Amino acid sequence: MSTNERKKTSVKLGGITLEVERRGAGRPLLLLAGEEQLELDAPFVDELASSFEVIIPSPPGFGQSERPDWITGPDDIAYMYLDLIETLGLTDVTVVGFSFGGWIAAEVATKNDSAISKLVLVDAYGVKVGGPTDRDIMDIWTSHPAKVVAAKWVDPAKGERDFSKMNDEELTVVARNIESFARFGWEPYMHNPKLKQRLHRIKTPTLLIWGEKDGIVDTRYGEAYGRLIPGSRFAVVPGAGHYPQLEAPQAFMSELRKFIG
Amino acid sequence: MEAWHFTEMPYPNLPPLDSLSTMRVSLSNTHFDPKIGADLYNRYLDEYMIADDVGLNLLCNEHHQTATCIDVAAPLTAAILARQTSKGRICILGNPIANRGDPLRIAEEMAMIDCISRGRLDVGFVRGVPYEIFAANTNPTTTVERLWEGIDLVVKAWAPTDEPFNFEGRFTQRRAINLWPRPYQTPHPGIWITGSSDLENIKRAAGRGFVFATFLQPHEKVKWMFDGYRSAYRDTGLPGGGGTAYMPLVYTADTEAEAEKGAQELTWYLNAKAEPQYRNPPGYVPVEFNVNALKGTFTGRTDAMRKKSMEFLKEEGVMVYGTPDSVAKQIKRLYDLVGGFDHLLMMQQAGWLDHKRTVSSMSLFAKEVYPQIRDLARTKPLESRAAAE
Repeated sequence: MSTNERKKTSVKLGGITLEVERRGAGRPLLLLAGEEQLELDAPFVDELASSFEVIIPSPPGFGQSERPDWITGPDDIAYMYLDLIETLGLTDVTVVGFSFGGWIAAEVATKNDSAISKLVLVDAYGVKVGGPTDRDIMDIWTSHPAKVVAAKWVDPAKGERDFSKMNDEELTVVARNIESFARFGWEPYMHNPKLKQRLHRIKTPTLLIWGEKDGIVDTRYGEAYGRLIPGSRFAVVPGAGHYPQLEAPQAFMSELRKFIG
Repeated sequence: MEAWHFTEMPYPNLPPLDSLSTMRVSLSNTHFDPKIGADLYNRYLDEYMIADDVGLNLLCNEHHQTATCIDVAAPLTAAILARQTSKGRICILGNPIANRGDPLRIAEEMAMIDCISRGRLDVGFVRGVPYEIFAANTNPTTTVERLWEGIDLVVKAWAPTDEPFNFEGRFTQRRAINLWPRPYQTPHPGIWITGSSDLENIKRAAGRGFVFATFLQPHEKVKWMFDGYRSAYRDTGLPGGGGTAYMPLVYTADTEAEAEKGAQELTWYLNAKAEPQYRNPPGYVPVEFNVNALKGTFTGRTDAMRKKSMEFLKEEGVMVYGTPDSVAKQIKRLYDLVGGFDHLLMMQQAGWLDHKRTVSSMSLFAKEVYPQIRDLARTKPLESRAAAE
């Protein structure tokens, strides 16, 4: 089990301390979790850690990471992660980003993908593909919470979290994550208008994996996202919503392994 | 003590409230009939003019995308009243400076209204209730910082300047600020600010000589906030000179039975519904509050007051109603319970309360209650040493 030990470290980048978890051994895999950080406790990450060193940074304001005021979105966070790659001396990195983490991953790759060998975006946000009155990304903040859960999960029971079982420290992380997600995703809503124009810069082989029934960003959005990244491939995981890695982990891992080895 | 007439300018002509999931943010605007709207606007403005005639001051505010308040631009109301009234002070409580996003435009509007009214304006600033976030699409995690950066810029812009100055802050960047007109009052109109829990905010207001106002809170909590204010307050000599303001629902009538009926109409405001996602946008309150929200022990301010009995609300000082002597007695009791306050902000109209009864209540108040409370002593610092710091 030693390969699966969850090593919590902190890394200082440009004066900001980020929490960085390192798990397993092997080639580096930078795992950029979704806004709820549900991936941290998911079994598929342990499976990845059996053949990769999985490196999981918490973005500013998430987990235990600091959040200075000047960080206003994934565009800024991406520079921090380039610093992280450099500081840890990583090369030949596989980057896998989920949802909000997928948005950050795309931003990183548009800026400098020389240390990245494979890029995987899973049900990612980040671009606006339609016109001003098209709702490309479901508005999770103006919708009734029950509708958001139904859009996110094929089986909404899987999305239930029992906050009564969490201590104050854990709840503080949940509350910080919710707040920081709004800080970075409120306006423009869940996208960076410039990212769409920068995606052509990505030369790294890229796979997009999408939950077939994702009601937050649907597969049409995912396909349009993919068309903006030259040579990318698009794979659908049946029976899953916004989190295929959690709802259909076997099908998800099968697609992922085919691509990253 | 100064007394103020207030209405949110509600639009009550809705389907049965039980049939609506929300009255705020997303209630279809097909429910708004412009002809009814025209009648309501003119009626509410008439009531402000009558309030001015009978000797009350005039308080207005604004909200957006809601049937609870169709005053969507308080500066417009204040401008009309500046021109059409002659006696009472006019207070906007307040300008949602974080949500409007252009502090200098607000500074200009306030200066112009202050000139038109010949110095009768008090300028309130509010962060805005949670629902307002959605209409303005302001990032809910930065509204406090936006509020304070904006206020400080307005105050600086109102001051005489020999040449344009620049301001390159976190939220506003301008390079040649030179406000025309300047406000009528020197150095500027009194400034008011609202709050409901953030003690640091309250102390910051006190330290700057701003009036601190709070609405519809149980008297124990009002005292806690006013004590916080008084502990940090010093009279800076600004117009208005700082102080405290409290708003209950108020209805005055010749008999207790009539008063109770009128007050019952006012509870329409307390029952205004909103869907859950609008009540606590992410990051609107600090992380510690949201930890409690996750535990289910924090549900938001307005929810706490909803569905309480009128007797309970009267006991708490959230509602004040009765015959003139009873109303005066309730206000004096409240005054004692909270350690004194300077401005009684009266929501004297809400929901379906009609013109006749609204005017009857405010006239009776002005004639028979106001003289009994007018001379109550004004806010004094709680600890002179803290105030001097």
